[in-house]
Amino acid sequence: MSGQAAEKPKFPTETGCPDGFQYMHPAYIKNYGNWKYHDRPRPGVLHHVSHNGDEVWTVRVGTQRQLGPYEINLLCDIIDTYADGYVRFTIRSNLEVSVTDEAKVAPLIQAFTDAGYPVGGTGNSITMISHTQGWLHCDIPGTDASGVVKSLMDELHDEFTNEQMPNRVHITTSCCQINCGGQGDIAINVQHTKPPKINHDLVANVCERPSVVARCPVAAIRPAIVNGKPSLEVDEKKCICCGACFPPCPPMQINDPEHSKLAIWVGGKHSNARSKPMFHKLVAAGIPNNPPRWTEAADIVKNILRVYKDDAQDWERVGDWIDRIGWPRFFELTELPFTKFHIDNWTGARNSLNASTHIRF
Amino acid sequence: MAEQTPKNPDKHSTYLPTKKTSSKPFHDTPMLDELESGPWPSFVTGLKRLAYDNNMMVDLLGQLEHSYKTRLGYWKGGTVSVFGYGGGIIPRFSEVAEMFPESKEFHTLRVQPPAGNHYTTDMLRQLSNSWNKYGSGLIAFHGQTGNIMFIGTTTEHTQHFFDEINEYGWDLGGAGPCVRTAMSCVGAARCEQSCANEQKIHRLLVNNFIDDMHRPALPYKFKFKVSGCPNDCMNSIQRSDFAVIGTWRDDMKVDQAEVQKYVAEKGRKYIVDSVINKCPTKALSLNDDDTLAVDNRNCVRCMHCLNVMTKALSPGDDKGITLLLGGKRTLKIGDTMGTVIIPFMKLETDEDYEKLQEIAEETIDFWAENALEHERVGETIDRIGLVNFLEGIEIDVDPNMINAPRVSNYVRMDNWDEEANKWKQRKAAN
Repeated sequence: MSGQAAEKPKFPTETGCPDGFQYMHPAYIKNYGNWKYHDRPRPGVLHHVSHNGDEVWTVRVGTQRQLGPYEINLLCDIIDTYADGYVRFTIRSNLEVSVTDEAKVAPLIQAFTDAGYPVGGTGNSITMISHTQGWLHCDIPGTDASGVVKSLMDELHDEFTNEQMPNRVHITTSCCQINCGGQGDIAINVQHTKPPKINHDLVANVCERPSVVARCPVAAIRPAIVNGKPSLEVDEKKCICCGACFPPCPPMQINDPEHSKLAIWVGGKHSNARSKPMFHKLVAAGIPNNPPRWTEAADIVKNILRVYKDDAQDWERVGDWIDRIGWPRFFELTELPFTKFHIDNWTGARNSLNASTHIRF
Repeated sequence: MAEQTPKNPDKHSTYLPTKKTSSKPFHDTPMLDELESGPWPSFVTGLKRLAYDNNMMVDLLGQLEHSYKTRLGYWKGGTVSVFGYGGGIIPRFSEVAEMFPESKEFHTLRVQPPAGNHYTTDMLRQLSNSWNKYGSGLIAFHGQTGNIMFIGTTTEHTQHFFDEINEYGWDLGGAGPCVRTAMSCVGAARCEQSCANEQKIHRLLVNNFIDDMHRPALPYKFKFKVSGCPNDCMNSIQRSDFAVIGTWRDDMKVDQAEVQKYVAEKGRKYIVDSVINKCPTKALSLNDDDTLAVDNRNCVRCMHCLNVMTKALSPGDDKGITLLLGGKRTLKIGDTMGTVIIPFMKLETDEDYEKLQEIAEETIDFWAENALEHERVGETIDRIGLVNFLEGIEIDVDPNMINAPRVSNYVRMDNWDEEANKWKQRKAAN
């Protein structure tokens, strides 16, 4: 290592986003922009046909998202042996492995299954949960998304490998209220319930106080002198416990082993299909953040899924379904309590109030 | 959830090495151990495999178990970058390094994947080998912004790893207040619904702002996402500042013989319930001979019927894109979705692509100039109003930008005639 200090630093080559065609399956390149239709011969397999008659079969495989050299080599060995050496990842960390020979599909599926990797996640299934990083790497996490996801996917394994839901189900989890996991048919997100605990000895040295004040969505933070030191104070009556002050000011600890809870939101949807895109809405909160298996949250999610599966029409996403049956019926069917916290009071809240006599009895 | 013995135990997601080459003894991890059972591949087993020959991962597992026990995180940020760049690395220093010293530095490098996340197995192995040499070996495919996340290395090794992969064509993504790594769907490469060249749009947009990605100096993050059709598999309306979505403006294509086959196979009730009645603008009707009548003027390209009847229905030929600006999640003002800024534009000629690039440049320039610190472009639009924003980026108003005209009469309109004339002139010019 001693020689390296003397080495001239190397300027980066700013290549940016690399050209995807160099890594793309040859059948994708040949038929780029020329696909005609697709169908799904079985759960976990997509079959695409191009205008010139070319066909590809794509096997979709669930992963744990964080992969080491063992997993990468194991999966690549399968792809080299049973497929064509090309792979892509979906937005939800599933592998997609394409072959141009239908006869290769069954052995490929068998090889992934034998290696402990589930084939599925297509069509009207519950696909892999999109999630954030949590305690493994994040600087502000209230929980460990990877653990929540592993626990839930263990229980939803059969729904991943089959296509038995009314429409696709996208679940997300997030370890803080910034919600990096994103919108979902069902979202399991951290919800803090107490204001930050401030270490006044550290604020002046660690935090740029005006930017912390500016981050607060409800103007509850103001500069103050505490114990003779410049610090910040929080108007706890105003504070909505969102945690926005914690990233720019770590001495304002928002995470709490007891009071950082989980909340569940439903009905989010990104697609424009049928209805316009929708945000997810709060349905349950106050759920204990209970590692390692988060069983209380998992039970509520499984119950919502059960009711949706029984009651929704074909092709209704969770949000479409609730639009049809109405929120009172949703709370009735899921037996979840409806509380004052479900009634929005943020900007635009009036749009969420019922200004009509449209009421189902 | 009965677990079966794997057929090839040494080539299975549950495999653990028999020999330990890391010198540090394992910490007890009773809570994490519980996440090794069950049918889904276990990330904990993956971390343990790494710990068999890597002391950093031994302590990382110890710290993670400590988090599970105390229900708190123990990483803090800092400043780490590679030579010549100001961002792209997420520095992590442990707050419990005295208990877990080997993982006291555990930084992540964000690396931009190709549009559509395509890899050869050779390239995956090469990236994995480089990372195994300089880092923990652990890679997340992919983070929520779309980066390949190389998780866990020391400050010194961030530079060595980056130098090595930069040599064979990989570059860092964004972190901090800058243009971020973009995302694209599989698109034209393997999807019949694609109405755009996602590969070209993605690289054109993001590589044009490479300086704004590597040297964070914008008010806050700025994300591009590209979806080939309105199914928006990249979640671009809700998760990006600049959402490019493929669409078409002529009639959708209908293969009536395939429609009839579909009706024969599924039955009329299914077609009426699942296709006709699910059309949001009532633009579909089933004819007496089991063919489909489409009111194309009222079709909003929602994709539902095309998704259900993939063989019978396809997008039209006159393809282009819709552009929406301003999507983001909660912080600070609450969630915003993107707003239509360009209802339709062709992307065929070089000039078309240049125009898209210019809109992106105008948008980022105006936003950089006018935004408050830590304000996403959607929040700027919210604060100053869409009309002021449009004037700033020199885009004309269009009724496709709104759900409905204003309800409130609290507005001053004394130059109405002038504004009405602008509309008439634009109409006459088209």
